Amino acid sequence: MEQSWRKAKSVFALVLGPPLFWLVLFFLIPLAIVWVYSFGTNIGLTQIAFTGTFSNYVRAIEPLYVGIFIKSVGVAALTTGLCIVLGFPVALAITFAPDKLKAWLILLIMLPFWTNLLIRTYALIAVLRDEGYVNMTLNWLWTHAGGLMSFAGLKPLGDFVPLQLLHNNFAVVFGLVYVHLPFMVLPLYSALDRLDRSLLEASLDLGAGHARTMLQIVAPLALPGIASGILITFIPALGAYLTPDLLGGPDSQMIANIIERQFKRANDWPFGAALSFLLMYMTFIAIALQSVLAKRSAGPKA
Amino acid sequence: MPAPQKAAKAPAKTIISFENITKRYGKVVAVDNVSLTIEEGEFFSLLGPSGCGKTTLLRMLAGFETPTEGRILIDGQDVSEIPPNKRPVNMVFQSYAVFPHMTVAQNVAYGLKVDGVGAKECAERVEEALALVKLEGYGPRKPDQLSGGQRQRVALARALVKRPRVLLLDEPLSALDAKLREQMRSELTQLQDKVGITFIMVTHDQDEALAMACRCAVMNRGLLQQVATPSDLYEFPNSRFVADFIGQVNLFEGQLAVDEPDHAVIDSAEVGVPIYLDHGVTGATGSTVWAAIRPEKIEIYKRIDGADMIKMEDAPQGHNVVAGTITHLAYLGSETVFDVTLETGRSVKVVRSNLTRWDQEDFSWDEPVWLSWHACSPAMLTA
Repeated sequence: MEQSWRKAKSVFALVLGPPLFWLVLFFLIPLAIVWVYSFGTNIGLTQIAFTGTFSNYVRAIEPLYVGIFIKSVGVAALTTGLCIVLGFPVALAITFAPDKLKAWLILLIMLPFWTNLLIRTYALIAVLRDEGYVNMTLNWLWTHAGGLMSFAGLKPLGDFVPLQLLHNNFAVVFGLVYVHLPFMVLPLYSALDRLDRSLLEASLDLGAGHARTMLQIVAPLALPGIASGILITFIPALGAYLTPDLLGGPDSQMIANIIERQFKRANDWPFGAALSFLLMYMTFIAIALQSVLAKRSAGPKA
Repeated sequence: MPAPQKAAKAPAKTIISFENITKRYGKVVAVDNVSLTIEEGEFFSLLGPSGCGKTTLLRMLAGFETPTEGRILIDGQDVSEIPPNKRPVNMVFQSYAVFPHMTVAQNVAYGLKVDGVGAKECAERVEEALALVKLEGYGPRKPDQLSGGQRQRVALARALVKRPRVLLLDEPLSALDAKLREQMRSELTQLQDKVGITFIMVTHDQDEALAMACRCAVMNRGLLQQVATPSDLYEFPNSRFVADFIGQVNLFEGQLAVDEPDHAVIDSAEVGVPIYLDHGVTGATGSTVWAAIRPEKIEIYKRIDGADMIKMEDAPQGHNVVAGTITHLAYLGSETVFDVTLETGRSVKVVRSNLTRWDQEDFSWDEPVWLSWHACSPAMLTA
């Protein structure tokens, strides 16, 4: 028996072979086909001719589509930012929770993963719509406040107008934050949990308050966790399809919705393929940026 | 019987007092009603086996743990309500806790920046502190470019630069290799002498405590056992635990047979001969006591079977001399360690310095010997 499994070629091939085959057959080849499509032209209803044209890409940089790309990046960035702001205290709380409670808190964070995204999104609709739980609560408060005011002899409030919480950009960002928060909390938690507690104590011991300790010790040391959290929140948020589709209004289209339309209703596969690849290139740039940042924060090793 | 003081300092004033400190974690009592005062300028050591509560005591002083009962005074002021970042003490952590994302200079400057010290003064004091721990020129380096010993020096400089009233050291030498540990012992004592700050060091290593501290507090299972100078701990332990924990000892159980003002006798069935002490003791005649005799205070002589028992000049005939046989010996260069089995079956440890180059040839395995000790050597323990 070989001591190093790396030297045992047959074992190596056996272990690596099936997943590699799977990856090539069902991921790389279809991707290559789509890539070829992006240089093609529609001829007839279902036929695509490979013409080597760049016209699909030229069309993709028309202001309409560039605008949607920018908007998608903006929405994804806003989502990521909100996830950091909301996720950091949560991750911190879990890190410092008693050991027994920790497992349960992490379970709570993971729980939404076990529910289908579609169901979660419809649940959000039930919360946010005009007759939803938020507006119901507000309506109740409004009515009772109005009753109280007339009781106190003040001018009664007018009729309750439900807040427009659904089918707008707010709903899209809200939904995206809701869906992606666990992706931010988990890497943040794992980075914070690895932190040597005596570093925090040393900071306090040297006279620093909690705020300074957070900013100057915890945050810089959790930077790799923050970076990976940003990455795995930003990338899926950028390509989000279901959330803007169900929660968004007419002006909430993100790039994935446009791509979907090309492949389905517009039946323009070459253009959809071009948009898909542009989205993928943007993702690559994000990953490259992250790894450059990660390398810089690690610093040059002696 | 006061022992010579190791460091006879001028009458000092109390800087820290623990008053009836108890710390419980649920049902576990980590520190049990400890009262202790530490004087200004002292190198004080908290010594004990792991889990004895010494680190908990130190962390309560730093403010990272709150006493369940009792209070801690620093310079006469109750610090119970003062958070760690406002206490005039600084700590060197066992893991050193040097901030990995900051340079050496930034690490040392951290505490000064917090205090709002101006940039110029800050730079000067950082230089000064780095010079103090012999790390001149290391300012721009990152911690991952330093050795363990150097990281510890950074931790020291970072704490000392704040000019604390008291410096706390949590097992400062435990992470260093043996050679460096020896060197850092003397460096730390020299440093303490130089800066004049009160040092409180937690350690489980009795050699370390004896070599470095002016006074030690020995703790066991949350209880304070004895507070004394290193030599008093070794020569005048107050309990079997302390006698056994500090150095090596032969403990013989017996009964106090005679208790006169100028001498005492302990009858020990384990030894087989009465143990004569040249001083009076406090204890009820007939009560169970223990005689603690250090291995190096037992003399060893050749014995010929059937010969008369030798006599110690400071004890009556038949006292403090016992026959035995060498069952094991270990030659350690500077000394030889003997295991001698008495006729009662009890094994006794004896250490003999090799004063000449032929001393080790004097005895061999299975040789009959006399063991004897002076009347001043045994310490009588009642607990």
